[in-house]
Amino acid sequence: MNLAEIQKILEAKVIWGEDLEKREVLTGFGCDLMSDCLAYAKPKGLMLTGLCNSQVIRTAEILDVQGIVFVRGKQPDQEMVDMARQKGIPLLSTNKLMFDSCGLLFVAGLQGG
Amino acid sequence: MHQQPGSDGYVLEIPVKSMDFKAAGEGASRIKQTLKKIGFAPEVVRRAAIAAYEAEMNIVIHTHGGVLEARFYPDKVELAARDKGPGIPDISLAMQEGFSTAPQRVREMGFGAGMGLPNIKKCVDHLAIETEIGKGTLVRMVIFNRSEGKDLTGS
Repeated sequence: MNLAEIQKILEAKVIWGEDLEKREVLTGFGCDLMSDCLAYAKPKGLMLTGLCNSQVIRTAEILDVQGIVFVRGKQPDQEMVDMARQKGIPLLSTNKLMFDSCGLLFVAGLQGG
Repeated sequence: MHQQPGSDGYVLEIPVKSMDFKAAGEGASRIKQTLKKIGFAPEVVRRAAIAAYEAEMNIVIHTHGGVLEARFYPDKVELAARDKGPGIPDISLAMQEGFSTAPQRVREMGFGAGMGLPNIKKCVDHLAIETEIGKGTLVRMVIFNRSEGKDLTGS
């Protein structure tokens, strides 16, 4: 599944990102705890989180995350957006809840990991 | 930030400040970029980057500050996280998943879940922790590369 498809399914707003259809996502991981993302998330995954601070971008970089979806309408500040752009990590934001976001992607065929 | 090619591997030394959440992670990011540049296997880069990041966050969260050091060799990377205290009273307790002494503010940042040291252990090939109360802690980690890397020291 690519990021453009994910954006459509979650009716998400693109905060930053280019060529979303070329960004292939292998697994999804929904978590507000960055420590657990570091411990359990698989490479080339999608990170869904309600946490909104610069450590989310740092964690995503370390994990080779293909894109970040902020759930519950969370909006990263400019500093976070600049950091994500510099590191080449697309940012999306959806008004949907974490459970609903994960559920919709799972039904569409994205596995956890 | 300090870089020096030398006979004893290519070295990166990154100062880490206590409770500086803005810069936290920049050291691990530099280490990750260097490993990618040298040509370490992606899975090895990932494990080393996670260990470096957790070690860096530990310095930020739990200590009075310190240094994150990486020594790059063609076949391995050695990481060392040195801090100025306060030291770990019970290492076996600190190694337990879920045990944490992190303050609430840190938990709100998405850290302090008691996964740091256990996660480091999972990612590295060798782990050694030396600690002295009031003096500080030295966490030494070694991660071996599976594929042949380029030697940045030119030796």
